[in-house]
Amino acid sequence: MILEQLINGITLGSIYAIVALGYTLVFGVLDILNMAHGEIFMFGAFMGVLVTNTLKLPLIVAFLVAIGVTAILGFLLETLALRPLRGKKGVSHLAPLISTIGVSIFLENLAHHFFGAGNHPFRTSFSEMSFQIGTVTVYAVQIVIFVIAVLLMVGLSFWLSKTKAGKALRACAESLEAASILGVNTKKMITTTVIIASVMGGIAGVLVGMAFNSVSPQMGLSMGLKGLAIIILGGMGNVKGAMAGGLILGLAETLVVVFGESGYRDAIAFALIIIILLVRPQGLFGKASEARR
Amino acid sequence: MLSVKNINTYYGNIQALKNVSIDVPEGSIVTILGANGAGKTTTMKSIAGLLKPRDGKIEFLGQDVTGKTPDQMLSRGLALVPEGRAILSGMSVLENLEMGAFQRRDKEVKQDLEKVMDRFPILRERRSQLGGTLSGGQQQMLSIARALMSRPKLLLLDEPSMGLAPLIVQDIFRIIQEINADGTTVLLVEQNARQALKIAHHAYVLETGKVVKSGPAQELLHDPSIKEAYLGH
Repeated sequence: MILEQLINGITLGSIYAIVALGYTLVFGVLDILNMAHGEIFMFGAFMGVLVTNTLKLPLIVAFLVAIGVTAILGFLLETLALRPLRGKKGVSHLAPLISTIGVSIFLENLAHHFFGAGNHPFRTSFSEMSFQIGTVTVYAVQIVIFVIAVLLMVGLSFWLSKTKAGKALRACAESLEAASILGVNTKKMITTTVIIASVMGGIAGVLVGMAFNSVSPQMGLSMGLKGLAIIILGGMGNVKGAMAGGLILGLAETLVVVFGESGYRDAIAFALIIIILLVRPQGLFGKASEARR
Repeated sequence: MLSVKNINTYYGNIQALKNVSIDVPEGSIVTILGANGAGKTTTMKSIAGLLKPRDGKIEFLGQDVTGKTPDQMLSRGLALVPEGRAILSGMSVLENLEMGAFQRRDKEVKQDLEKVMDRFPILRERRSQLGGTLSGGQQQMLSIARALMSRPKLLLLDEPSMGLAPLIVQDIFRIIQEINADGTTVLLVEQNARQALKIAHHAYVLETGKVVKSGPAQELLHDPSIKEAYLGH
């Protein structure tokens, strides 16, 4: 039982981690909280439903469509909602935050309009498939989710640490001005970052649909808030922090269920975050010396 | 090589530069002197594309480059070593140097890495350390070395000696002369007026956003009013 819950926790946690990575990338580069991230995630999930349930196409197509649609959403978010506010005189530093909240409300209503308010099932060809290993039951869906999540995290880490574009993104995260005098086209880099972050959200959306077999227009809000909690827990703008924080929250939530307190699942998980932050206010991977990030 | 013509740069409604004109001939070292708040850094930022002058014209290598962004200026061969050094503190010394060559696609980047680490042996020693852990002098070396990685035709140095021990300041000025001798044109902003005038060919003096004096560096070094105001006797 506890082993099964551990597996559940890791599966859930790896999805949280991917959602949080999208948050943390945008925060790292732009210093803003993208409150529309949860809704972009929700759109990714709906693309999954649309492709696998309505059109009866294979799962891989669902991923491709989700990636494409959320990439476009990310591009529109940056060009229509964020860029016009950047570097203008007299624009409050809270303006981009409010702007992303506006986008999130818009996207939620759009989903209501297109897909209706109710829950949509998300079935895959291997939804019911499971393995017995000793006394432990492992679902194929969980393995698929975990493998995709790990591949994404490893891929992103490699891209950030080894490739030229990844290093440029890190340079932008440290200082846009420094990156620009080193020859980085910061405008392009910002757009790229928002697109990558949105795609991470979209992929996570499909994974959540697979994991919970249920998708609704409201799912963006709670996931958005969890993503936010995770990056605060892990250290704002920190990639490793987002991954570790996601796993911690996922495990905490499922372990609460093991001890029979499923009604307090979210409450206990967030209480844990508060306790960790009391001990390490800068987050698990944040640097104490840095005043701002 | 660089010709700045009557630029006016503003911070909001406050005018920081008033009709500033500066000429930097190819192969020379030109220095801009002035007190705090005279507009030296604003001039550098306007040239490098970090600030947009409201009017006036900037020409570089015969082309009008007014209003270009910093990455466009860098691709034309103009690199800035900014005030405060702008080291990427969470990235290693090696990664900082690699970022200096961000726009380059040629195969000689590795060779140039070796070259700058020969010139600055301390950077080779510290190459896997994070940029933020270096001392002030080492960071300045890194910032200069990083700018050189782009193979600039014109190098803009904004107060490279600021906050450094006298012995290291000597090093920095020697290095600037070496870089110039290797064929890179240098535009240098300094508070350390005596040192700057000693190595420069030409000098400009800024006061409250205006060029109040300019001429060959040797002349300014012996100019009584400059001596009084900037050289301390």
